[in-house]
Amino acid sequence: MTIHDLSETPTTGAPRTDTLGDEEALRLRGDFPALHQSVNGHPLVYLDSGATSQKPFVVLDAERRYLETTNAAVHRGAHALAAAATELFEEARARVAAFVGVREDEIVWTSNATEGINLVAYAFSNASAGRGGSAAERFRLGEGDEIVVTEAEHHSNLVPWQELAFRTGATLRFVPVDDEGVITAEAASEVIGERTRVLAFTHVSNVTGAVSPVDEIVRMAHAVGALVVLDACQSAPHLPLDLAALDVDFAVFSGHKMLAPTGIGVLYGRSGLLNAMPPFLTGGSMITTVTMERSEYLPAPQRFEAGTQRVSQAIALADAVRYLQAVGMDRIAAHERALGERLLAGLADIPGVRVLGPLDAARRTGLAAIDVDGVHAHDVGQYLDDRGVAARVGHHCAQPLHRRLGVTASTRASTYLYNTTADVDAFLEGVAGVRSFFGEA
Amino acid sequence: MGSPELANLYQQVILDHSKRKKGFGLAEGGVAESHQLNPTCGDEITLRLHLADDDTIERISWEGAGCSISMASASLLSELVPGLTRDEARERIALFREMMRSKGAGVEDDEPLGDAAALEGVSRYVARVKCAMLGWVAFEDTLSLSS
Repeated sequence: MTIHDLSETPTTGAPRTDTLGDEEALRLRGDFPALHQSVNGHPLVYLDSGATSQKPFVVLDAERRYLETTNAAVHRGAHALAAAATELFEEARARVAAFVGVREDEIVWTSNATEGINLVAYAFSNASAGRGGSAAERFRLGEGDEIVVTEAEHHSNLVPWQELAFRTGATLRFVPVDDEGVITAEAASEVIGERTRVLAFTHVSNVTGAVSPVDEIVRMAHAVGALVVLDACQSAPHLPLDLAALDVDFAVFSGHKMLAPTGIGVLYGRSGLLNAMPPFLTGGSMITTVTMERSEYLPAPQRFEAGTQRVSQAIALADAVRYLQAVGMDRIAAHERALGERLLAGLADIPGVRVLGPLDAARRTGLAAIDVDGVHAHDVGQYLDDRGVAARVGHHCAQPLHRRLGVTASTRASTYLYNTTADVDAFLEGVAGVRSFFGEA
Repeated sequence: MGSPELANLYQQVILDHSKRKKGFGLAEGGVAESHQLNPTCGDEITLRLHLADDDTIERISWEGAGCSISMASASLLSELVPGLTRDEARERIALFREMMRSKGAGVEDDEPLGDAAALEGVSRYVARVKCAMLGWVAFEDTLSLSS
């Protein structure tokens, strides 16, 4: 499998520094057509990349080019286009695998992270219903077994485990967060035990931006023989990520949060585990022999890729990854950390504003969710939108964490490689004016 | 400072009602109760319908938490409905819904909506229409439940 030379990727010609800085971020912004527009009479300030990122020309062009020149069904057909499409599709898998430090046969394409988590949960469920033979033994759950999640999870890493517990009779337990809303190794150690069979938790919180102590928690889980599922949705796009080094058993992330189109996501699983798991979605392209009574299945990853795949999206995701690699994940992380510091420092100076999560910027990524005293998040978001500032409002699919922090909704600004300190300042200026507009100050 | 559009959305009467909510606090009795939730933001309202002896609406009482639009809208509704017959109430709901779906165009005659007509600006913001409708949907539900 050839991996294209990174130097092919069009990006800035500036000398590389440890971080991007505003100048380079602004140059990169030139690659993102959606960021060059006015909203409500103001230049758009896009601070909602935690929900979904904008897409650079190279990604948009890759998808279009594939559809114009190569479009065909993959892993079937002997004609030239089918062969070329299959090669591009598998090259994309190899590039994404290398991006997160794992082997290409350990990468399963999904629609998004949610589907990836459901795939793992349903593999447990199907094994518990007797499927998968003796190989699937370690995926069988029943009464007395425990599934462990945390109080900080996105609903996508909570609801599928609730359903799995209902279906199998296993007990769902959770690691409570501390008063800052943070997952700690200490709290995890009090919940993880001999009965724990699977532990699912987030690498980076989508509400607080806090980075979880992955190493310690993984060690604890493995010490009791539990399998670890990592939600990497807020880390894969923003931090250098080496899943093999983190030693997790499964991990998921979504392409649309990392410059790629919607409809493509990634499940990583250790090869030995994936090949022992009964399939989730079944049908064409995932089988070896089919009779009217039963079927045999292909090894991973194909065993989990039933039906016509999201080919153009997978190929575009590889181009998104190439773009991120050319800029440098370490430099992107440093840039967002600097933006996050400015965000936290600025918010601390605004009366009546509470930042959810730890106040130490070193412990979080470049996002911040806030509660504004006396003003509902919807109204805060409306006021910001009036100034062209796009932030996320609501519970960000994390109701339990909001409840634990004593709020029902919050307003979140989340940065990415194309944001600058001016964007952060626009958010801060907006937030500073909210309370007086609504008669609260 | 906000734009004229924002000022039109958040008119003073709306901000006032969002802070001093009329009909707030569930009263004893009532013939029906409805709980409505906006799952995207967690806004919620519980509303009770209280009828007079002649089956006209005596008043509504409600409680809930949410954005200024949802709170003001339920408050304005509480001012509007006392004394209405069920049919008149349904007409008001239909008119309000038409106004909310008008994408800023408004309705020909908003007189029957009283001060609630001030919410017309919400119809320009599709994402906020649900907020404004929350109390009215709860009210509509209590009318169905009690008939």
